[in-house]
Amino acid sequence: MNEPVRRLSVVILVMFLVLMAGASYIQVITANDLNADGRNVRTLYREFGSFRGPFVVDGETVVKSVPVDDPFNYQRTYADGPLYAAATGYYSIVYGRSGLEQTENTLLNGSDDALFWNRLGDLFAGREQEGASVSITLDSTLQQVATEQLGDQRGAVVALDPTTGAILAMVTSPTYDPAALAGHNTEQVNENYQELLNDPTGPLVNRAIAGDTYPPGSVFKLVVSAAALESGYKPDTEVYAPQELDLPGTSATMTNYGGEKCTSGDTMTLADALRVSCNTAYANLGMSLGWGVIERKAKEFGWTDQIDIPLRAAASNLPVDPNEAQTAMASIGQYDDRATPLQMAMVASAIANQGTLLNPYLVDTVRAPDLSVIQKTEPTEYGQPMTRADASKLRDMMVGVVDNGTGTRAQIPGVKVAGKTGTAETGTDAPPHTWFVGFAPADKPTIAIAVLVENGGDLGAAGKDPTGGVVAAPIAKAVMEAKLAEDGDL
Amino acid sequence: MATVAEIRVHQGRRSEVALLAIAVMIAVLARGLVDYHADVLELRDLGLYALTAVALATTAHLVLRRYAPSADTVLLPAVFALNGIGIAMIRRIDFAYAERGRDTTFGNVQIGWAILGIALMIGVILLVRDHRVLRRYTYTAGLVGLIGLLLPLFPVIGTEINGARIWIHLFGRSLQPAEFAKIALVIFFAGYLVTNRDTLALAGPKILGIRFPRPRDMGPLVLVWLASMLVQIYERDLGTSLLFFGIFLSMLYVATERLSWVIVGLGMFVAGAAFAGTVFAHVHSRYEAWLHALDPAVYASGASEQLVRGLFGMASGGLLGTGLGEGRPDLVPYAESDFIISSLGEELGLTGLMAILTLYVIIVQRAMRTAIGVRDGFGKLLAVGLGFSLALQVFIVVGGVTRVIPLTGLTTPFLAYGGSSMLANWMVVGLLLRISDQARRPSQVVT
Repeated sequence: MNEPVRRLSVVILVMFLVLMAGASYIQVITANDLNADGRNVRTLYREFGSFRGPFVVDGETVVKSVPVDDPFNYQRTYADGPLYAAATGYYSIVYGRSGLEQTENTLLNGSDDALFWNRLGDLFAGREQEGASVSITLDSTLQQVATEQLGDQRGAVVALDPTTGAILAMVTSPTYDPAALAGHNTEQVNENYQELLNDPTGPLVNRAIAGDTYPPGSVFKLVVSAAALESGYKPDTEVYAPQELDLPGTSATMTNYGGEKCTSGDTMTLADALRVSCNTAYANLGMSLGWGVIERKAKEFGWTDQIDIPLRAAASNLPVDPNEAQTAMASIGQYDDRATPLQMAMVASAIANQGTLLNPYLVDTVRAPDLSVIQKTEPTEYGQPMTRADASKLRDMMVGVVDNGTGTRAQIPGVKVAGKTGTAETGTDAPPHTWFVGFAPADKPTIAIAVLVENGGDLGAAGKDPTGGVVAAPIAKAVMEAKLAEDGDL
Repeated sequence: MATVAEIRVHQGRRSEVALLAIAVMIAVLARGLVDYHADVLELRDLGLYALTAVALATTAHLVLRRYAPSADTVLLPAVFALNGIGIAMIRRIDFAYAERGRDTTFGNVQIGWAILGIALMIGVILLVRDHRVLRRYTYTAGLVGLIGLLLPLFPVIGTEINGARIWIHLFGRSLQPAEFAKIALVIFFAGYLVTNRDTLALAGPKILGIRFPRPRDMGPLVLVWLASMLVQIYERDLGTSLLFFGIFLSMLYVATERLSWVIVGLGMFVAGAAFAGTVFAHVHSRYEAWLHALDPAVYASGASEQLVRGLFGMASGGLLGTGLGEGRPDLVPYAESDFIISSLGEELGLTGLMAILTLYVIIVQRAMRTAIGVRDGFGKLLAVGLGFSLALQVFIVVGGVTRVIPLTGLTTPFLAYGGSSMLANWMVVGLLLRISDQARRPSQVVT
């Protein structure tokens, strides 16, 4: 019976070799994939064991990790959580990370290559690994004002410094408190998350950059104007502006807001057409320019491009190969045109900055635990969608909108404000989305802004006819005013 | 004139002392590390623990020296080391649970089981002076084994835990009688096979070129085996039924040297497993969890969650492990029992896991060596059966955790938390030591 015993021993040896191979496969070959798996909370737990760097706004720490006496060692705390949620995102043991907590994760937890020497020092000194602090470009006052102005209305505000691209305000409404998801009580966090998720108003959605993109409506006329100026039009060029415009190839006609006439005659200047936001004029202008020209211009402003600020902003959409009637609709920001509030703020910013568009960014400086600066965002150019001359012409046209057009409610005494209103049909029975895009002071802009209020906000809900000039313009005005007051320009 | 002269050969009891010292050191250092990382290191407690370990090792060694002087010298230290590692890991998991507010004393209870287990091993050595005695109880053992398996089905004492009705409640403790039935059935198989191996192998009809045994020779064997399989399938204890099937097949092969039967048996097993997978929902879900463990849908259904969490743990350990007390083994359900291998993989790394598996290889190969060395057929079959039962048990549970085979519930011998497995496997060690004493005893030379 010895021979079969020997053979069995070999079989047993093979069995154990298979086990060893199995263990090696898991622990060496697929280890990286398993460690990176989103369902693997271990990585998160390991991070909770070390000090995570804070977020700083205006020199104040708004998000920090404080030591607690539980297995996670540190509790992430959010001062003014809802105010900065759109930028910071959350840091949850159950749901992982979002926002800057996600994009700046390696810096915050200290594992980034930029922190290599700090880590080495910590190792030798026997200190715990510490993360870097991330200072955000947001301006707390503007953030506050924009939040108050939006109130309970659904919408978003994005304000940029047109000369640098720094994001001064990014507000989405309604929002949430990241603290509700940062707790260490899994059950409570689950419950809070489900509540946010099931909330029909979508508080977890960042409407400023990554919510549903919105039809831009008349604010898109800025892009068409830029294309027209480039094609040789001047602000005083007379354009065809009938009361009703036949849409080629269809039996439909296009009218202006409320069916009004834009002008007593059949033509008006381009500047006037923008000032009163004349739909028929721009639809006709778009058809005569051709969609290709408008499309190229829109892309220069950022449409169809995915922009990381470093949060991933949804790409704004343009129609593909529209026919003439569709081109007419798209020229007034309807049909398949879609934009994020960030995109519209970028349009304002480019016009404000003499035609040069800078990349928008949220992270200002990153400091190592010893406060040495390890990263500082330098303004970079996204592109040059307009010439300096065209930009100043369009700026003057936009000043006309606020001085004596649809955007008068954005006027700030003593300061020239440039702007454009938008009232975009949603394609449903719901009230239109209301927009305001602008910048101030017009001759030396320090802030470019886009305001979106979904479905006309309170006014829309009350059954009144909301317009961008009535609903969105005052919000933009308040934010711009706050910025000007801060700079001593008032 | 014939005289009987005893030739003194090197029995290796001294090297056993050295190996035991290493095993005790592993156990004490592991516990020291665990306590240190949990900030509860008390030298007095550790000293007491070390003293207990030394006392147990010394006692076991002295008993062997006196009552089984030629017994295998590597078996005891290897099992001691595994026990020490297991206890340290379970204690470490206690601390991890405590941090999350769950008070457990698995570690201390396990020490108690280990002491009882060693006592039982000594009892086996003292009571069974010659393993051949056990052959007299062949049919008794078969009956005891079957009754043991049936116990959990009885109304008052049997209890169902986690969907498997494999436990009995006795004196306020839960026991898994299958662990003990395993030994009884190995004794039965060994006794029956050694008596009937010739008739089994040589007499009988030939079908398709393979000679099959006569029904009346094979009858009792198949009866006992089928009964045990059916009971376990009814109890939903897939791991143990797989284990028993493997033990039966391996012993049948060693007894008859018929490879064709093994192939037929494996074929039947594969067919049966495939059939069970299509018919029984709970078997099917095991297959799904095994093949598509990381599939989001399977994971979300909860079928593979435990398995995948174990994989995450092992992956985070990587090559060298997080270090004892530095990982998060508590994130895996049943980290102290069914999934202790993933806990060890996480904190000791692949390196540690390899070392542990190697310890098992050593133990099992010593059992096989014993089988080859022992002169009587019953002893050979007994040693093979016991040794292979350890090997297969490790293969089923570690293979389940490492996704080599579908996951079934079994305990990892000597490592996992649980009294039944600890006691039964120490009894296996006792029997193996006893047989090996016989196998290595120098023959009395007639001059």
